[in-house]
Amino acid sequence: MATFKRVGLRALPFVASYLIVLGLMNAGVINDYVFSIIVTICVNIILASSLNLVTGFTGQFSLGHAGFMAVGAYTCALICINLGPVVGEVPAFLIGMFAGALAAAVIGTLVGLPTLRLRGDYLAIATLGMAEIIRVVMLNLHITNGAAGLSGIPQVVDWNWVFLFTALTLVVLWNYIRSSQGRRAIAVREDEIAAEAIGVNTTAAKVQAFTIGAFFAGIGGGLYASYFFLIKPDQFGFLKSIDILVIVVLGGLGSLSGTVIAAILLAIVSTVLAEFSDVRMIIYSLVLVLIMIFRPGGLMGSREISDTILGRVFKRGKATEGAL
Amino acid sequence: MNFSRRTLLGASAAVAAVAATSACSATPGGGGGQAVGDTIKLGLNYELSGAVATYGQASVDGITMAIDEVNAAGGVADKQIELIKYDNKSDAAEATTLANKLMTQDGVLACMGPATSGNFKATIPVANKNQVPVVSGSATADDVTWNGTELQEYAFRICFNDSFQGTIMAKFAAENLGAKTAVIIKDNSNDYSKGLAAAFTEEFGNLGGSIAGEEAFVAGDTDFNTILTRIKGQSFDVVYLPGYYSEAGLIIKQARELGITAPILGGDGFDSPKLLELGGAAALNDIYFTNHYSSIDQDPKVIEFIAAFKEKHGEEPSAFNALGYDLGHFVADAVGRASELTGSAIQQAMASTKGFVGVTGTFDMDEHHNPVKTIVVIGLKDGVQDTSEKIG
Repeated sequence: MATFKRVGLRALPFVASYLIVLGLMNAGVINDYVFSIIVTICVNIILASSLNLVTGFTGQFSLGHAGFMAVGAYTCALICINLGPVVGEVPAFLIGMFAGALAAAVIGTLVGLPTLRLRGDYLAIATLGMAEIIRVVMLNLHITNGAAGLSGIPQVVDWNWVFLFTALTLVVLWNYIRSSQGRRAIAVREDEIAAEAIGVNTTAAKVQAFTIGAFFAGIGGGLYASYFFLIKPDQFGFLKSIDILVIVVLGGLGSLSGTVIAAILLAIVSTVLAEFSDVRMIIYSLVLVLIMIFRPGGLMGSREISDTILGRVFKRGKATEGAL
Repeated sequence: MNFSRRTLLGASAAVAAVAATSACSATPGGGGGQAVGDTIKLGLNYELSGAVATYGQASVDGITMAIDEVNAAGGVADKQIELIKYDNKSDAAEATTLANKLMTQDGVLACMGPATSGNFKATIPVANKNQVPVVSGSATADDVTWNGTELQEYAFRICFNDSFQGTIMAKFAAENLGAKTAVIIKDNSNDYSKGLAAAFTEEFGNLGGSIAGEEAFVAGDTDFNTILTRIKGQSFDVVYLPGYYSEAGLIIKQARELGITAPILGGDGFDSPKLLELGGAAALNDIYFTNHYSSIDQDPKVIEFIAAFKEKHGEEPSAFNALGYDLGHFVADAVGRASELTGSAIQQAMASTKGFVGVTGTFDMDEHHNPVKTIVVIGLKDGVQDTSEKIG
């Protein structure tokens, strides 16, 4: 019963945000424009939380997340376009999402095995190079339509799908981090030598986290391709990787709830500034600088929402409950 | 127990607050492009920052000038035009988002831009869904409005497409310059260059010419001596160089230094003052390129436009300025001719455009939403425009 209640409490934010958005959409308050911002937020949450697993929880500095996103996006788009007329749009979309995530995971493993033996700056450069290679391949392949990219991808994604994949990503990552495998990854972050000394296979831990991160980046990419119906190689450049990293660092390395909050916050800042094109980048950057000055560890540090006041109130509630 | 319920309520309130903030800017939109109030709202969705900001900014300058003129002359349908301008950061996804914003929240009747083909394509499904026309002044990729099987109902453009430039240049080379053999130097990293090269090759072959050789470079290269030395050993009448001014300027300079004197032909990517800066006046002889308009055109409308633009901005208008200016007038003209002020009526007015007179030429809209217009071939002498010829 207690377990059931705890799961219920954990599920509450998910259920509530799902119902609220659904209700506001039906009431006509959320129009296409606001919805496209919500999709952007959700895609960013997926990308940033999967990068957080690699950078925040496992301590491996990766600058190539846009590359995995590109693999997922292109795979999903190609399957949707070519298979859609045969098996129907929704099945093609689901096959595409899965295939895209899998393709990204396979590439993640292949890249991870040799490069994760590197550390710090070296790893960052290696992953950066990997993402550039993926982008240039997309730019030159015939099937990806070169620099013009793929257009006319069927827009299957609605709020149900967006919510489903975002929630799925967060739940899987949350549980992974709290599993023995996840603790192994955190041990690697804290002290690689000590972890090795107590018998953790550090390379395996790193490759595993990297693969899972790549898998969900592929999911994010697929969702992006399906909602925005046009993808081209220059959307997956170096700056995209940086954008994702900014969300992770801003939210706090090693905090999933921080990532979610940062993704929402940055989307709002960027939306509000859209009308002031002249000063937009200055203010946006200024916001980042100020946050990093006043909260150097990111908005949440390495804590989760459940570690903060809100979570303590919950725990107290549970304690009272137990006493009764 | 009591406590637990209160905390539950608190948590839901927090979640609601988060969701509400993300929706706070939402106001029920006009939807479907209805004219609201005393002004006619038109959207500008342009690249004002990011990689191709110069194109977006130049287009907007042209559009603003045109709309100011229309408003000064009393507006259209007895209403003033109000422009709502957003920056899509040269990003396709952002262009989609802003198209949604303009159409569902701001309730514009038509949208102008983005300037580049990829970003423009990203707004077309939104336009079709909301039945608000989108028009680009400079999206030149071949398949923007018509991909061979499917027409994008609410998308229009007022510029010619890429392959048309290649075709016309081949014709010009064969007929005006009497060329029999050509060498092609193309930029392998962009579709614009590849598309022009392919169209040139096909038409030049049809006219009895032959391609003596083909070389490729990649955007960002600065030393072209290897490919130019290879070319120098061959015999040919002209060089076709479809690329952007940044590389073309250097290639022309290095080619002339190596003693390649044959005419060098290009596309609208040559149209920039930077070409002269990079190439140097001495190298820029016997250069011909296809363009949307020429600043030495003696057409009174062009002369008037150039004078007005110079007065306002203190510099010669570029092709993007001219296309933006035509775009502004084209949209205002369609709004004025529309049977009522709705997106679909304006779409019909645009599709039935006949004999629109602009500074980049007079055109009709064909059934694929492409303009049927002439192309200008500009000849350079010592780096300045010397001849201009309309072909089409």
